Amino acid sequence: MEHSLQAENLSFAYPATDGGTPIPVFEGLDLTIEKGSFVAILGHNGSGKSTLAKHFNAILLPVCGRVCVFGMDTKDEELLLEIRRNVGMVFQNPDNQIVANVVEEDVAFAPENLGVEPKQIRRRVDEALKQVGMYEYRTHAPHLLSGGQKQRIAIAGVIAMRPECIVLDEPTAMLDPKGREEVLQTILQLNRDHGMTVVLITHHMEEAALADRVVAMANGKIVCDGTPKQVFSQVEKLEAVGLTVPATTRLLYELNKAGMNLPLDALSVEECAQALKEALNQSSAAE
Amino acid sequence: MTPIIEVVDLKHVYSPGTPFEHKGLDGVSFRVERGQTVGIIGHTGSGKSTLIQHLNGLLKPTSGKVYLDGTYILKDKQTTRNARFRVGLVLQYPEYQLFEETVRADISFGPKNMGLSDAEVKKRVEAAAACVGLTEALMEKSPFDLSGGQKRRVAIAGVLAMEPEVLILDEPTAGLDPKGRADILENLKVYQRQKNATLMIVSHSMEEIASFADQLLVLQKGRVAMYDTPAEVFKKAAALQEMGLAVPQITQVFLRLKELGVDIDTDVYTTGYGLKTILAKKEGAGHA
Repeated sequence: MEHSLQAENLSFAYPATDGGTPIPVFEGLDLTIEKGSFVAILGHNGSGKSTLAKHFNAILLPVCGRVCVFGMDTKDEELLLEIRRNVGMVFQNPDNQIVANVVEEDVAFAPENLGVEPKQIRRRVDEALKQVGMYEYRTHAPHLLSGGQKQRIAIAGVIAMRPECIVLDEPTAMLDPKGREEVLQTILQLNRDHGMTVVLITHHMEEAALADRVVAMANGKIVCDGTPKQVFSQVEKLEAVGLTVPATTRLLYELNKAGMNLPLDALSVEECAQALKEALNQSSAAE
Repeated sequence: MTPIIEVVDLKHVYSPGTPFEHKGLDGVSFRVERGQTVGIIGHTGSGKSTLIQHLNGLLKPTSGKVYLDGTYILKDKQTTRNARFRVGLVLQYPEYQLFEETVRADISFGPKNMGLSDAEVKKRVEAAAACVGLTEALMEKSPFDLSGGQKRRVAIAGVLAMEPEVLILDEPTAGLDPKGRADILENLKVYQRQKNATLMIVSHSMEEIASFADQLLVLQKGRVAMYDTPAEVFKKAAALQEMGLAVPQITQVFLRLKELGVDIDTDVYTTGYGLKTILAKKEGAGHA
C-alpha cells in the first residue's frame, strides 16, 4: 500500500511561555496513513490531535523525528508549497475560513494563489462546487449561507487545489444535525468516489464510526488503532482516557453487563437493531 | 404558581423596511416553571439565539412580551437591569469573551458590577469556581494560559457568580471532548440543585439534550414547532427530520427494531431507558 502521510518517531513540544519548561505533546509517535483511506482521529481535549494535524501540512514542524507527506519531508522548505497544495486543511469555524464576498471567488482563492491559468481555475471551481453540492450557490454571498453550507464552501476551496489529501479538524463542531450530515456526506463522497485520502478529527463517536480506521489518542500517544468495530469494542479502554463509544455500542455493552451476550461491534443502527432482534427472538424461542 | 418565564406572542423582525427584512421570531409563546430544565433545539436560523437574547432583555422584541416571575422585563430601566442579573446568559464559545488578567478577576467582573460588597463578591466567586471545578491554583493564572475546557469553565463561572435564577446557555459543550461535556453538564446540575435554578440550554446534540432536559422547545422558522417532554418530542422522528433535526441514535435503533417486527416501545431516548426496555422485553418473552 502506498503511504500518504507518515509520522516517524515524531516528537514535538510547544515552546515555553515566560521562561518555564517547554510543553511536550508527542514523544516518539509513529503513525502511517494509507493513500485513499478515511481515518478518524479521536482524543480528549489536549490529546494532541490538532497538533498532529498541523504537522501534516507543515504548519508545525517536528522537534525530533520526521513527518513525510507523499514522500516529501515537511522540514524541506523548498517543498513547502507543494506540501500545502497536497494536504488541504479545513477547520472548525466556517466563518474564519471564508475570505471573499462571492462563493465562487472564495473557492477560486487558492488556485489563483497557486498561479493556475484562469480557464483552468474556472473549471476547477465549478468542479469543486459540484463535488460539495454547492454549485447552484456559486454567485451567493457566503455570509448568508448556513453553517453546513459555509463549511462545504471551505471544503470546495480546499479541493479546488486538487490536493491528494484533506485533513478536517472538527469540521462539524459548530453545525446543526442537518449541516453535520451534509458535511459528512461530502467527506464520504470525496473519499469513496474521488479516492481522496481523508483525515477527520472529531469528538463525535458516531462520525468516527463512518471511517475505515479509527485512531484514538490520549496524552500524545495512540491508545487504540483499528477499524471502528475493533476500536469501539474496547469500551473500558476508551473510557479510561476520557472518550466514549457510540450510543449503539453503549447500549449493547450495558446489556451484556446485565447478562446478555450481544456483539459489541454492531455499530450501525441497522446492525444494532438486527443484533437485538436476534437476541430477543432467541430468548422467546428458548421457552 | 407564576411561571418563572412566560413568553407571549414574541415577534422579532430584523432590518425592518429594508430588502433584508427577515422574521427572526414569528409569534413565540411558552412558559417555563421554576427549577425546570428546558432544552432548545432547532436548525441553524430557526431563531434559537434570537429567542434567548430576548429572555434577559438583550434584544427588544418588535412585539410581544417576556415576563420574568410575573413582571414584564422591559417595564422600566430598573426592571430590565435586574432581569439581566436574574437571567444569566452564556453565549456560544464564551471563552472568547474572557478579558481580565486573572481567572479570579474575570469571574469577579459580573458580581462587582452588581454593586455587591467585596466580601460577598469573594464568597460568590469562590462558590462559582468550586461549582465548575476550578482549583485554587488556577485562580491567579491568566485565563489565556488555560486549556479550552478550562476557559469555558471560567466563562460559565463568571455568570454563575451572579447567582442567576435562570441560567441560559447557548451550546455550552460545543467543541469539548466527551468527558469535558459530561463534566460541564454535571456542574450545571449541581448549580441548579443548590439554587433551585431554572436551566435553558441550546444544543445541537440530540443525545445530550435527551438525557439532560425535562422539557424540549423545538423551534422552526421562528415559531414553536413542539414544546413537550423528550419522550413525546422524539416520538415524532419524521417531523424532526423534516425540520433538519434528528432523533438520538438510541431512538433510531428502537424505531428500526419496531420496523423489523419486534413489538417494542419506541419512546426510548437514553441508554438507561433502552437497557430497561430490552431487559423488560426479554423477561416478558421468557415468561410468555
